[in-house]
Amino acid sequence: MTATAGRATPVTALWDEIAGQVAAGRRFAGLMGTQRDDGLLLSAHLAGPGQVTTHEVRLPPGARSYPALTPVLGAAFWYERELHDLFGIVPDGHPRLEPLILPQPVRHGPLPRPGAPGGGDASGEGDGGAGAIWPDVHAVPRHVLGAGLFTIPHGPVRSGVMESIEYLVETPGEDIPHLNLRIFYKHRGIEKRFERLPAADGVLLAERTEGVASVAHALAFAHAAERIGGVEEIPWRAALVRVLHAELERLAAHLDAATRLADAAGLAVAAARFGLHKERIARLTGRMCGSRFGRGVVVPGGVSALPGIAAADLLDEAGRLQRSIESDVRVLMGTASFLDRLRGTGRLAPARAAEHGTLGPVGKASGYRDDARRARPYDAYDSLGFSAPQEHADGDALARLRVRWDELRQSFHLIRQAADELADAGDGPLAVPCEFGSGRAVGWAEGPHGEVLYDLRTEDGRITRCRPRSPSFHNLVLFHEVFHTDILTDFPFIEASFGLSIAGAAL
Amino acid sequence: MSPWVLRGLRDGVVTTRWPKRPDGYADTWRGPVVVTGPPPPGDDPAAVCPTGAISRGPGAEVAVDQGRCVLCGRCVRRFPDVFAFSAGIGAASLTRPGLVVPPLPGTERDLAAVRASLAERTAALRRSVHLRHVDAGSDGTEEQEIAALLNPVYDIHRLGIYFTASPRHADVLLVTGAGAYGMAEPLRRTYDGMPDPKIVIAVGTDAVSGGLLGDGTYATSGGVGSVLPVDVWLPGSPPPPFAILYALLLALGRLPSAPAGTGGGR
Ligand code: SF4
Repeated sequence: MTATAGRATPVTALWDEIAGQVAAGRRFAGLMGTQRDDGLLLSAHLAGPGQVTTHEVRLPPGARSYPALTPVLGAAFWYERELHDLFGIVPDGHPRLEPLILPQPVRHGPLPRPGAPGGGDASGEGDGGAGAIWPDVHAVPRHVLGAGLFTIPHGPVRSGVMESIEYLVETPGEDIPHLNLRIFYKHRGIEKRFERLPAADGVLLAERTEGVASVAHALAFAHAAERIGGVEEIPWRAALVRVLHAELERLAAHLDAATRLADAAGLAVAAARFGLHKERIARLTGRMCGSRFGRGVVVPGGVSALPGIAAADLLDEAGRLQRSIESDVRVLMGTASFLDRLRGTGRLAPARAAEHGTLGPVGKASGYRDDARRARPYDAYDSLGFSAPQEHADGDALARLRVRWDELRQSFHLIRQAADELADAGDGPLAVPCEFGSGRAVGWAEGPHGEVLYDLRTEDGRITRCRPRSPSFHNLVLFHEVFHTDILTDFPFIEASFGLSIAGAAL
Repeated sequence: MSPWVLRGLRDGVVTTRWPKRPDGYADTWRGPVVVTGPPPPGDDPAAVCPTGAISRGPGAEVAVDQGRCVLCGRCVRRFPDVFAFSAGIGAASLTRPGLVVPPLPGTERDLAAVRASLAERTAALRRSVHLRHVDAGSDGTEEQEIAALLNPVYDIHRLGIYFTASPRHADVLLVTGAGAYGMAEPLRRTYDGMPDPKIVIAVGTDAVSGGLLGDGTYATSGGVGSVLPVDVWLPGSPPPPFAILYALLLALGRLPSAPAGTGGGR
């Protein structure tokens, strides 16, 4: 496919190359902008075996637009809306450029563009003055028009204890013809905030970019920082401790998804059981490092400390937890009324999942199995054994839950191996020095919801640009696709089965 | 019979008895940093803190604003004789200055007045209390910890505390996040929709001060205090369920006079 036949430019040439590589099996992992004196730099990332490659093109200074990538590569849809929000650049030919991560202004006039030259200084606008961004809560776009159509907003304040997001359900009745997602309510300006930090503080902010994947974000940031710092290898014990925390985080997230699904189905006891299991994982994590979310463990170059409990105790505890959880999983997966609610619900067709390069359990449930731990191994994963993954392709909420149970077993398997290794790994430092210096690198880690990707630049030890790409941002757009045949009551099941975080998407 | 009926009885009683009885997990929780000694001459401990929580007084003394502490542990590792993590779950305070340790002069007096006026407002809702939560730009962890209050370990229903979907039935508003401008208006509307008396709890260091996002960015307001009148300030990154429960009972005046190991009642 050609981007714009007969009008080849450096941009369209790059888009054609990217579309070609994606057609040849590489995965589109994101499109990001960096404002520089010599113009806006567009960086596309492609993931493949062993590595993530970056492909770039620079727009001339002062450029107001460029030919959009989305028409040739649909997966760029949200990425280009974000570019438009942050940098004020117009991707020509983009099908719908409405605000995605920046709230809409009440007053008319240009939006402040935090990425544009001189725009959105991260300081000094906290008073809500002229430079601040306020949402226009009345500007509700309606895409489905016709007699008898309703637009039902859900959010941004949700009815349960949930993160803020607005779902606009545009419907003629019980069926859902279109769902519009507005994530900008909780935009925090994370990318801009990174730019003011000494590189050593970056990992702390990474941990707070998407809290349910604190460890994965810390790892992806650290991996990028370590590449910049020329760190070839971190100490073996540090690599093992990283694996322990990354896998505990995965267990907590999957148990949370199960709790929400059971709750949505009205299975009070099941929800209590999985909530209890999740609490036990949080407490175990807390005993190991002082944080129930594994924060403060990962530092560029290694880890800050060994777990606060002995490897033998960890093995014991993990064994007990797994037996107890698996016993409840067996009963849950034998509860017919529950399975009926999930079967066929929120189906994502395998072809769509592959086309989009869908990440994590959502992708795996639709037969698209990219897992950074195996495809692009890091830390200790290369040396630890994985059991053969199960194949799933039904693409519904049930398949997504089955994937989570497979991953749960896999995580316990990895925790056992890592704890075993740690028990007789000797001693020595837990971190090697990591000089941030000046440079640019990409880092990744497989979080509970899929691959987390960091594009990091430093200059003289300070961060000049940091773009986290959470799996939530990449996958959330697929919500558009999975509601077409489902009724409103399926909503909580679909949302819980995706199990995504808005913080990581809205940044 | 559904197999879940018997499952519910597994593991015996897992629910905490706190605050009636002490709870070992609550007592040993690692809370925001306290000052345990004078700083070594020549070193500036304020420089290690990523959020500016540590400050120097006019003399050699140091103070920690727990409302800014994200518990990264750097100060504790670097100056183990000066800083330590606090023990227990009683990090919440009824005033923002009350989060500074060691206490500022006059804090005690102010606190007594605030406590008295809050007690007057909350007298009507001591039995059954309804909570509403609004995310104003959190990182997503505070929601996890608030939702955990419903798991069988904390089971807040035993204390007559419930979540409600409607602001009209809510007595307490739990606000999380650094104060994203996009949520200012929806947050305000939820607050306005609540009947009087109403209590606002800022849950987490981000909600108290903006945390690592700082005093304000183009998108956040450095905490929720500039959007709503806050009654209880609860630092933590995130605060664990027990600390949230403590903050709730503090707001409601329902803490036993000497809750075990919680170190608080500020
Ligand atoms: S623990 Fe971290 S955030 Fe808290 S006072 Fe110490 S250095 Fe500052």
